[in-house]
Amino acid sequence: MIRRPRSGKNNADRRHADGRELTAIERVRLAREAARPQTLDYVERLIDEFFEIHGDRRFADDDAIVAGIGRFDGRPVALVGHQRGHTTAERIKRNFGRPNPEGYRKAARVYELAERFVLPLLTFIDTQGAEPGVGAEERGQAEAIARNLELMARLKTPVVACVIGEGGSGGALALSVGNVILMQENACFSVITPEGCAAILWREASPDKVAAAAQALKLSAPDLLRLGVIEEIVEEPPGGAHRDPNQAARMLGEAIGRHLRRLSRCAPQVLRRQRERKFAKIGDKFVAPVSVEKTRLLE
Amino acid sequence: MAGGVERAGGPAAELWVKCSGCATVAFRKQVERNLNVCLKCGLHFPLTVEQRLVIVADRGSWRQLDADLAGVDPLGFVDWKPYTQRLAQARAAAGRYDAVATGVCEIEHRRVAIGIMDFQFMGGSMGVVVGEKLARLFAYAGRSRLPAVIFCASGGARMQEGILSLMQMAKVVSALARYRELHLPYLSILCHPTTGGVAASFAMLGDLNLAEPGAIIGFAGRRVIQQTTPQALPADFQRAESLLAHGMVDAIVTRRKLRPALATLLALLGHCDKGRARHRPQS
Repeated sequence: MIRRPRSGKNNADRRHADGRELTAIERVRLAREAARPQTLDYVERLIDEFFEIHGDRRFADDDAIVAGIGRFDGRPVALVGHQRGHTTAERIKRNFGRPNPEGYRKAARVYELAERFVLPLLTFIDTQGAEPGVGAEERGQAEAIARNLELMARLKTPVVACVIGEGGSGGALALSVGNVILMQENACFSVITPEGCAAILWREASPDKVAAAAQALKLSAPDLLRLGVIEEIVEEPPGGAHRDPNQAARMLGEAIGRHLRRLSRCAPQVLRRQRERKFAKIGDKFVAPVSVEKTRLLE
Repeated sequence: MAGGVERAGGPAAELWVKCSGCATVAFRKQVERNLNVCLKCGLHFPLTVEQRLVIVADRGSWRQLDADLAGVDPLGFVDWKPYTQRLAQARAAAGRYDAVATGVCEIEHRRVAIGIMDFQFMGGSMGVVVGEKLARLFAYAGRSRLPAVIFCASGGARMQEGILSLMQMAKVVSALARYRELHLPYLSILCHPTTGGVAASFAMLGDLNLAEPGAIIGFAGRRVIQQTTPQALPADFQRAESLLAHGMVDAIVTRRKLRPALATLLALLGHCDKGRARHRPQS
């Protein structure tokens, strides 16, 4: 069911002009690149008749999450994505892509729409994490994210999740419970930012320690493919997606279309079951009863 | 308020405990008889897995599942010391292989599938073993038609297992979503502390969420939040009492009242009859 990346595995081992491979922290910087295409850039290039919807019907609208319905390849789809913003003004308006609970509750509305109207769901993941603020806590950030995980897990419609920038922690996971997770070659996905990890582990976020944390966290696309978390690495134009957004969108669109066509042939219950199995399997090869572990896992 | 219990210094350290909340020194046996709650200020001291079982489970009813399930170091993670070494130390200190114990017990003669997180084991953090054991617990509870009860106490995802630990949130919640369809109750008990990836997954998704008095419950850490605001955070910020006021938990239940409260709720929601759960689909 899972296809290997078409252009082979080497496409992800992007190198510098001098042949040196990108380090983990260099990939993180590329993933955060201000000019890197974001959800709305891909929407503009891949989605026709996009109709953006707003608000969680409880508290507010959250500009850190873009949600709506439209057409992909002529077929109606539902869409949710983080939007960090390109300019300073837009970044402030969008809270640097860090959603509040109302953003996740808006996403939840779209998940429910997708289920009710049998729309495939596309998600674009691009956030350093959910907003860690007083208001976010008081309005139930943890509950909002948790509810999204459950809603996504139950969907009986195809879900294609695309990591297009930085996937940070639970705030990214709330959009990531897909039948497949596609990841652009310079995107990253981690349980914690390298800065946060360095601050906790070494009590300092010096550039050295942050680079070491990025390396240790195994957050690059090839790492995630090896760990069985993602299904495919999507190639980017030379130098990164920001060098040629049109080409990046074509490459991403091709991969999304291929997976959507395949998943759309599956029965609703099969889609849910397959997604469930995908997540049930993640990490299970590193777990075993002790007696087995000694022989099997510890080499 | 939740907090630590300090040992009183000197040779009498084993006999006396000092409350970290009100500094009252009390006879250890007396505090233990009071379910490790301060006799003066009511502060709930941290409990081990075994102590929690004594409080809620009928004597002799506990049977552990997957007790020998263990994990390895999937990323080859090294900070001050290798993760393998951290794991070995935690295992030796805790006498278990990872940060959760799962099993079956009876609460006032009602059989339940129960998971108890162990905060002493690397901060109760959720890695692949915790994720696998909890997912299996929900599957077991579903197969056996048992209500599920989880005592949450965790700082969140286990950083040393990287992205795999994050994905355990989705794994456990997927299993929970399947379990939900059986119309069996899932009660989440939020103990001190329940934060990060555990709060943002199964912990906040109980059919009912009960909290221990004073428990810190939230998504982000206090230090991180403090950086986003110039104001000092209120003293009860992320405390169970504040969550109750904001509508995020159903009730705060003291330790003494927990067992009867669970029995009542299981009877009301669980269609349980002397340990035999019956599934009644919605008509």
